[in-house]
Amino acid sequence: MTVPSLSAVTPGAVTAGAVAAGTELPPLAVDPISRATLALFAGASGDHNPIHLDLDVARSAGLDDVFAQGMLSMAYLGRLLTNWVPQERLRSWRVRFAAITPVHAQPTCTGRVLSVTDGLAALEIEVTLPDGTVTLKGDAVVDVTGKPDRLTA
Amino acid sequence: MAVDARKALAYRFEPLVVTAERGRLAFFAQATGQPDPVYADLAAAQTAGHPDLPIPPSFYFSLELERPDPFGWLTALDVDLRRVLHGEQSFTYHAMAHAGDVLTLRSRITGVAAKKGGALELLTKQTSVTRDAQPVAEAVSVIVVRNPEAGR
Repeated sequence: MTVPSLSAVTPGAVTAGAVAAGTELPPLAVDPISRATLALFAGASGDHNPIHLDLDVARSAGLDDVFAQGMLSMAYLGRLLTNWVPQERLRSWRVRFAAITPVHAQPTCTGRVLSVTDGLAALEIEVTLPDGTVTLKGDAVVDVTGKPDRLTA
Repeated sequence: MAVDARKALAYRFEPLVVTAERGRLAFFAQATGQPDPVYADLAAAQTAGHPDLPIPPSFYFSLELERPDPFGWLTALDVDLRRVLHGEQSFTYHAMAHAGDVLTLRSRITGVAAKKGGALELLTKQTSVTRDAQPVAEAVSVIVVRNPEAGR
């Protein structure tokens, strides 16, 4: 089927008519995750678990190195969704953290519409690394009616 | 070491009253590479119709961590923080919330399950977020505790 391109459309312009099963969200590629990113995200997110920051702690747990906070990748997935629709259209979403994201990894977020029912689009969403590893896998429900939103009242 | 399921399910979290600060949300936007000024610039947020910076979708998890000892519930259940992985996370929204809103978070542990002969234990924690007693969001976390010696 034809997949309409939404990349040139502002988030508020996504409407049910333009969205159908198979519609792909514009992918979001982020920069490789540096140790500085891990430190900044620890402070900003409030997750101070040293396993993500302190090589000594990571080694004491039997790991070779620190690894990225799962919620950092979930925040990137959140950006994928709010790039596509205004946040108030996001009704629910969930992810499973399927694999650890090593430091220096470069995640890409993707999403695809599975179905549209009563103005609500069901999406599958994913974060992958360049070697094909799926680090986060989940789904989301997004209002694509384009009607004035109940949540902003 | 196995988690005591009865103790976990009976664990009582104090309700947490918390306000997302504007500067903190702007820092979160920076740390997550968010270029959309709605999440970091008050004027841009107001132009987009928001009263203040919106709390971004996954930040409710961070609000939970505003407790004085955010991982205290794990240590109270004798869980070694180095053995903990985040297994799953979900959010459901009822209303938008913004910087400055006074939010109340109520958490409880709703599930304890063992997998792979006890080598993995799954703790499910559910948190409801309200503002003026009206629902804002629900968050559910599944925390995985690795017990490598139990599977042998």
